Parts: sequence; C-alpha cells; structure tokens
Amino acid sequence: MIRVRNLVKQFGSFTAVDDVSFDVEEGEIFAFLGPNGAGKTTTIKMLTTLLKPTGGQMELDGLDPQVEQTEARKRFGIVFQDPSLDGDLTAWENMEFHGVLYHVPHKLRRQRSEQLLKLFELWDRRGDQVKKFSGGMKRRLEIARGFLHMPKILFLDEPTLGLDPQSRNQLWNIVKQVNEAEKVTVFLTTHYMDEADRVAHRIGIIDHGKLVAQGTPKAIKEQTGKESLEEAFLALTGTIIRDESADATDQMRQFAKMWSREKR
Amino acid sequence: MSAIYILWLRELKRYVRSRAQIAASLGQPMLYLLVLGFGLGPVFQRAGNGSYLQFVGPGVIGMTVLFSSVFSGIGLLWDRQFGFLKEMLVAPVPRIQIMIGRTLGGATVAVIQGLLVMLICLIAGFRPQSFLTVPLAMGFMVAIALVFAGLGVAIGSSLQDMQGFQLIMNFLVLPIYFLSGALFPLVGLPKVLAVITRLDPLSYGIDGMRSVLLGKSVFSPITDLLVLTFVGAVLLIVGAHRFSKIEI
Repeated sequence: MIRVRNLVKQFGSFTAVDDVSFDVEEGEIFAFLGPNGAGKTTTIKMLTTLLKPTGGQMELDGLDPQVEQTEARKRFGIVFQDPSLDGDLTAWENMEFHGVLYHVPHKLRRQRSEQLLKLFELWDRRGDQVKKFSGGMKRRLEIARGFLHMPKILFLDEPTLGLDPQSRNQLWNIVKQVNEAEKVTVFLTTHYMDEADRVAHRIGIIDHGKLVAQGTPKAIKEQTGKESLEEAFLALTGTIIRDESADATDQMRQFAKMWSREKR
Repeated sequence: MSAIYILWLRELKRYVRSRAQIAASLGQPMLYLLVLGFGLGPVFQRAGNGSYLQFVGPGVIGMTVLFSSVFSGIGLLWDRQFGFLKEMLVAPVPRIQIMIGRTLGGATVAVIQGLLVMLICLIAGFRPQSFLTVPLAMGFMVAIALVFAGLGVAIGSSLQDMQGFQLIMNFLVLPIYFLSGALFPLVGLPKVLAVITRLDPLSYGIDGMRSVLLGKSVFSPITDLLVLTFVGAVLLIVGAHRFSKIEI
C-alpha cells in the first residue's frame, strides 16, 4: 500500500531523511518510531504531498504522490502532530468542511459524520465551537475527520501527544477497530513504546534520518535481545537527548498562546 | 466549485462569529470620519472645497475595504499557525480553487465592512448625489477588495511569522491608505507626491467612488475601473503563484 525507496530530504546541508526504504502492506498498522528530529514528520510530510523530496521514489496505493497529487490525496487521511481544526467552526462544520473538500456525496457525508461523531463520543457536542473543546476532544475530532472520506491509508503523527491514559486507550481501541472493520492501512508515529508494541503489526525505527531497524515488535526485541520495546529502542538509538530548535511555527504558536491568554 | 463555495462560506462564518472584531474594525474608520470630518471641516470649507465630510466619506469606505481585504489574506498566517492551512493543503483540491475560495470570501467580507461604514457615513450626514449610484459605488468596493485581497494572499503566503506583519502594516498598508487621496484632494500636489499618489491603486478606487457618489473626480471612472482591473488581475495572479508555492 505504501512503498518508499531510497527517500532523501535535505534542508540546505542538513539531511533530515537519509536513504529510507520500506513497505507497508494493505490493512497493516505500521509504527514509525524515532527520537525527536529523527525525520518521522518529514517523511510523513513527503508522503502526504506537503514537502517535495530531494530524491527517491514513493508510492501510495500505486500512485506517485508527487505526480498524481490530487488522486493520491483522495487515498489518505492524516492527523497531524499539531492541531489542524478551525476553532471558530463547530465540530459538525469541521466535518462538513472536510467532507466537501474530499468530495464525499452529501447524504453519505451526513451519515458518516454522524456515525463517526457518535463513535468518538462527540455527537452531543457537535454544535459547539471547537475552540471550547478540551485537548482530548480535539484530538478525537481530528481522527474522526481523518476517517470521514474513507481513506485507504491513515497517517497518524503522534496522535496521543498530551492525552491522558483513558483517552489514549480509547483512541487506540477505535483505531484498531476501524483498521479491522474497514481494512484501513495505518501509518503512525508515537513516542510511547508501549502503544506501538500493543497496536502495531510492524515497526520501523528511524534515527538521524536513517532507518536503523524494521520488523515486528517481537523481531525487534529479539534482534536486540531486550525484554521491552522501550529498551530495544534505547539500545538502537542511544540514550543521548535530542533537542530540536524551535522553528518559526513554534514561536508563532507561543505568541498566539500569549494572546489567547490575554483575551481571557 | 463546491470547494470554492465551502471556503467562501468559512470566511463568512468566521466573520459573523467574531463580533468583537467587527466592532473593533469599525472603530478606526469612525474615528477618521467623525474626528477629521468635523475637525477639518471648517478649514476645508474656507479653502473653497465644500464639505469635508462629503469628501472624506468615500476615502474612509476605501480604507475599510483596503484593511479588511489585506488582513483576510494575511489571515493565512493564522491558518498556518493554528494548523488549519495543512488541512486545506492536503485536501484533494487544486490549490488555485482554495486560493479563489478564500480570496472571494475575504473580498466579500471586505465589501460588507465597506457597506457598514457607508451606512455610518450616511448616519453622520454624508449624502450621495443620488442613492441610485450606491450600487455603482459598491462595484468599486468589489474592485478594491479584489485588488487588495490579491495583495494580501501574496503577502500571507510569503510571510512565515507575525514579525513581518508590523512591517507590512507600517510600510505598505498605511502608506497605501495615506497616499491614496482618501484624506486630501489629489490636485495641486507637489510633483513627487503627485507621482506617488498616481502609482497607488487605492487612489483609483477612491476616485471612482467619489466620481459615482459625488460626481467629482480627478481621473475618469472608466480610467479608474481599467486601472483597478489591470492591477487586480496582476496581483491575483501573483497571489495565486505565491500560494501555490507554500510548503509547510
């Protein structure tokens, strides 16, 4: 379903993704793990047409996302690392907006929005503006939205960041459920090794832009001779802490936080 | 088509829901209209130019449309910030449609704002030569809105953060306003100022409104419309190009 060959992305002299190759089969849940700044999000951005790779080939459901952009975009849904909802619109309107952009027919759109909002326990709050939602509710809404157009592939970039254990647990249950029911291929990244161990069929570990291991969670543990995935992960990527420098977007986000606090 | 519509609708919904912002954005034009209109009125009258309130009315309407449409484009920065831009950019919709929908939405909001200010002008004592010319003035508002929505998108697509925003405001938007003849007649000016004011597209928009509402103009309304159409087309093409290049 996803095929990546020798993918490279350079920002100036810095190589964010360095000759990465992997495959994800149809209906599979594939976890992409790595420390901060390892190249996970950059890989997702390239797969989802937001960034142009410096080199290499990609295929989504047999389509090259660079060449057949629009067709490829119809095939996938994505939940970004940071929120991408419109806070001024209601939950229902955010779903509607998404459905229209993805050309989901009117009747099906309503039906599916209702079904998904109920599944994610947001139906009662559908008429509320999203800015009034808690972090967990926003996250759930984003994932519900990602499923709306029945994508063949779902990208989840750290979907559980900042959620409490209850919400995380519920979220993965639903993801597993939809993965089984609709045969959606899931490509996810997370920092919680236990989640990856529990949910993913296969795992790829990336560090400094290079893929250092891939296989089933069991195989990776055996390969490193460790008991848990966390230990295996540390054995593969080392224990040095990586710091990402704040980019313009982070700075702006901080600026916005300052503002919204003043308003209140 | 449906994508353009939903993006247009989103801009309108956001506008209607931000009541505080609507009130705030009407405050500035009111200040110009009432303080300058009544404050400079006597001097203007003595200089033999008639009522300053009549003169400044179209100028203040033009200013409102200018600010509102430029800011709608710069609103892209907020969409970038709150992540909604990504949601739009990964959708299976050609970017040009996204840009058109957003720009039309911003322009519509700008025209609504312009009409609200026109209403305030009428309450303050502004009188057009005939109310039948109001739709024509609205046509000029649409033209101004499209020109500067194009400029706004071009800027909003190029800026990465809010720091640039102040620069744009002080060195582009305010000069466009002050050099447009919104506040003073474009006749008998020093050579340099005369040239600069003629390079400002807003001059033609406000002149066009004055010519239809008051029957007084420096250029002809046909010239005004031609200049606005040409500049608008160029800026919208530039805006679309910049928008198509956004990477996040």
